Amino acid sequence: MKYVKPESFEVASQLLQNESGTSRILAGGTDVLVQLKAEMVEPDLMVDLKHLPGMQDITAENGGYRIGAAVPGAVVGEHDGVKAMWPGVVEGLELIGSTQVQGRATMAGNLCNGSPAADSVPALVTAGAMARVHGPDGARDVPVADIPQGPGKTNLSKGEFITSIFLPARPDHAGDAYLRFIPRTEMDIAVSSAAVSLVLDAAGTCRQAHVAVGAVAPTVRLVEKAGKALEGSQLDSDAIAAMKTAVEAACNPIDDKRGTIEFRTKTAAVLAERAARIAYSRAGGQS
Amino acid sequence: MKTIHVETTINGDATEFLCAPDESLLDVLRDRLGLTGAKEGCGTGDCGACSVTVDGRLVCSCLMLGAEAQDAQIETIEGMADGETLHPLQRVFLEEAALQCGVCTPGILVAAKALLEKNPDPTDTEVRYWLAGNLCRCTGYDKIIKAVQTAAAEMRGA
Ligand SMILES: Cc1cc2nc3c(=O)[nH]c(=O)nc-3n(C[C@H](O)[C@H](O)[C@H](O)COP(=O)(O)OP(=O)(O)OC[C@H]3O[C@@H](n4cnc5c(N)ncnc54)[C@H](O)[C@@H]3O)c2cc1C
Ligand code: FES
Ligand code: FES
Repeated sequence: MKYVKPESFEVASQLLQNESGTSRILAGGTDVLVQLKAEMVEPDLMVDLKHLPGMQDITAENGGYRIGAAVPGAVVGEHDGVKAMWPGVVEGLELIGSTQVQGRATMAGNLCNGSPAADSVPALVTAGAMARVHGPDGARDVPVADIPQGPGKTNLSKGEFITSIFLPARPDHAGDAYLRFIPRTEMDIAVSSAAVSLVLDAAGTCRQAHVAVGAVAPTVRLVEKAGKALEGSQLDSDAIAAMKTAVEAACNPIDDKRGTIEFRTKTAAVLAERAARIAYSRAGGQS
Repeated sequence: MKTIHVETTINGDATEFLCAPDESLLDVLRDRLGLTGAKEGCGTGDCGACSVTVDGRLVCSCLMLGAEAQDAQIETIEGMADGETLHPLQRVFLEEAALQCGVCTPGILVAAKALLEKNPDPTDTEVRYWLAGNLCRCTGYDKIIKAVQTAAAEMRGA
């Protein structure tokens, strides 16, 4: 294995593109070094980008925040501005691992590792977060929702990597939330999960609603019908019931010792309801 | 594999070492630098026995490459006592017998010190969540939590 710290994004892209064997980006290493240890991957090339410009920065931009791809969870969790604007995104990210893992783990790594249960991804998807992708042809912006392809796979092409994730501005009366089900209280992988992001009008009616679920399909899934079911409502019981039906219909989970298909499907819908109620009260709605 | 030359600072001392590209910081500390306080319980980020701080952040040294330590400020359990004088956490752990086999203890002390620097007056729940990534197979945790609280009170001058 070669370990390199390229001097620019351009050189990094070239190195990745020219590598004929397996390559990995080394962000926090909390997935990739575990996989290396377990001999699940044996990269020929490990590219460390953490020193490059902007990778460690959180900057205000167009009323939102741009978060460098190497910023660890603990640093995002200490940022009052991001926490106030996108509390659901931050709570998803902070659920990853222990204090020690938080000291290293990044959102971009969580996203690109490609786990359907990745805890920071559902709320990034409901936030409409955009990943800035650098590649051989320069930079482009890609919705976070379009990055995962399936377990362990992304839609990034050879030579491409994420340099930052952008969380857009929020209007007044907006809120988001993320919840997961695990059989313990800490340090476990989601059996199912849900994120909800809402924008209300001054009267407390949902004008825009996004719902995403995790660990119940090959990728984190944005459930458009579930969001639509909440729009125009104040989360009355009919709207919630329609939202839950849409969530259940979108679930296509695996059946394993951690959760049956029925259990994962049912809990995803229940978590979506609870997350919607938290997002609603964070947005200032009275229910 | 080509070895990599790394310059870093460990417990305040400028240090350099050579390591393999895929060698963990934990292996470098233990096998190359003789700093065997950090333990390998799992090697996969689950147990926290390898805890150190890097630029002030608590991390698992098993989940970091030695090569990533270039220009970093690393603190390990070996740097916790001031000469012969134990850190209050170390002394209280001994006085209150907050350990049995002791394998988890260096990691827990490093983690608890990082907690008290950030939050000098934590609740028991905050201590438990902060230390959720530090496994102990012997004590059942109660004595560890109590010892952290006793040391915290002493450090606050309470
Ligand atoms: C003890 C423990 C507990 C954990 N608990 C959880 C949990 O509760 N929930 C959860 O979701 N995860 C959990 N994880 C998994 C892991 O911590 C997260 O997925 C983390 O966010 C990965 O980020 P990283 O920066 O460490 O990624 P790395 O390990 O550095 O990288 C992961 C993958 O992403 C790719 N990558 C990294 N950065 C980029 C980039 N900028 N552009 C393109 N590709 C990139 C790498 O090539 C690699 O394939 C846990 C891990 C451990 C060790
Ligand atoms: S040895 Fe590093 S966490 Fe267990
Ligand atoms: S004292 Fe033995 S593992 Fe904690």
